[in-house]
Amino acid sequence: MTTKKSEESSKEFKRPDGRKPNELRKITAKVGIIPNADGSAMFAFGDTIAIAAVYGPKKMHPQHAQNPERGTLRCNYNMMSFSVTERIRPGPSRRSSEISKITEWALQPVVMIDEFQANVVDVHINVLQANASTRCAGINAAAMALAHAGIPMKSLVQSVSIGKLDKHLVADLIKEEEDWEDGEGATDIPITLTQEGKISHIQLDGKISKKQLNEAIELAKEKSKEIYEAQKKALKEVGEEK
Amino acid sequence: MTDRKVVIPGEVIFEGEDYLPGEGTEKRNNQIIAIRYGLAEENKKLVKVIPLSGVYQPRRGNVVIGIVENVTFNGWVIDINTPENAFLSLMEVPRYVNKDDLEEVFMIGDMVVAKINAINKRGIDLTVKLKGLGRLDKGMIININPNRVPRVIGKEGSMISLIKEKTKCRITVGQNGLIWINGDKIDDELFAKKAILHVAEKSFMSGLTDEMKDWFEENKEKKEK
Repeated sequence: MTTKKSEESSKEFKRPDGRKPNELRKITAKVGIIPNADGSAMFAFGDTIAIAAVYGPKKMHPQHAQNPERGTLRCNYNMMSFSVTERIRPGPSRRSSEISKITEWALQPVVMIDEFQANVVDVHINVLQANASTRCAGINAAAMALAHAGIPMKSLVQSVSIGKLDKHLVADLIKEEEDWEDGEGATDIPITLTQEGKISHIQLDGKISKKQLNEAIELAKEKSKEIYEAQKKALKEVGEEK
Repeated sequence: MTDRKVVIPGEVIFEGEDYLPGEGTEKRNNQIIAIRYGLAEENKKLVKVIPLSGVYQPRRGNVVIGIVENVTFNGWVIDINTPENAFLSLMEVPRYVNKDDLEEVFMIGDMVVAKINAINKRGIDLTVKLKGLGRLDKGMIININPNRVPRVIGKEGSMISLIKEKTKCRITVGQNGLIWINGDKIDDELFAKKAILHVAEKSFMSGLTDEMKDWFEENKEKKEK
């Protein structure tokens, strides 16, 4: 909850794209976009677009990577070479393998794949267009795609990036805001929450006080409800068609 | 609850002590919560979720179509589109087989219609001891989404018998989404394939069997021209 004082100060604060501090970009969510995958989804925050495809559960290959005790979740995050203005070199990079692992950890607490011994569930996330918050869009898309693939889950997860620009907390950063240099500069905090409001993933890039971090988490909880509604709507639309 | 509704994982289906959690659901703090995406259904206070998508989940008694992947000393490993490979034991073949001549019965790459005999920790056991099961020698195999198989079969087989009658083909529908079609002419087989794919595509429609009757009338003429 934002206190009255911070609300007042944030009123004067202008974001580069004219949004309110706690306003997300327009959310677009679609399910079942990849016919050959077992489950698939697209999630977009404005012009940040991520698609996710889920394959499996299937037998883990190579055999030595199999876990006979429980199923494995394997995520792969990739940014398309054309997703940013300056072409990026295709293929895995330090950044993409880190985000793959982060996505895996963000989703692990909700997927119930213990009974799929020696099997693997593959999640492939591709970012078609990037304007910051790509990992959040990717996690949101992956959660929908996993549900669509019929994987048992405790709940969906919602991910949102909260930022601190100078002293102001804002939701859903864009690239321009990520590079904020005025005052205290920019702090980027991507947060993933489960339905119960528990944090399954949090990262912090920058400086922030304890008090403001708590405020940021509260803001993420508030915003995750909007994302949940979008995810729910997309999944139900596809279900009713059948 | 008469009509089914679409639920997503984590959604509360019912609240209170009265209901029992069935397949695809879980009880948490007196609430029945869906753990899978699908249609929620309640029957005599038992709540379950029928999956709408995802991979094929094998069940005992299902007739499936698979491809022989390996020949071992006492049976065959068969790929039936499941994470677990299925095993067809030598004992489950309805004739005497010499242990050195396993390949004479089923070779690697053969397509087999089999029934799931048991599912245990080690995997899936198959049998071909019943009528209509065994190797497929001719005809064609097509693949559809396994979640749409019930629509292709129809209520008490109404849809599949309609297709069989109109196309004069022999058809076996595997629960895993593989369908075998065999007719006298290749044109009949292709026509049956077209009909089945049409059903799978339109699987969300109600009154689909009647719709298919019209579809056959329409397409029969085109085919004859």
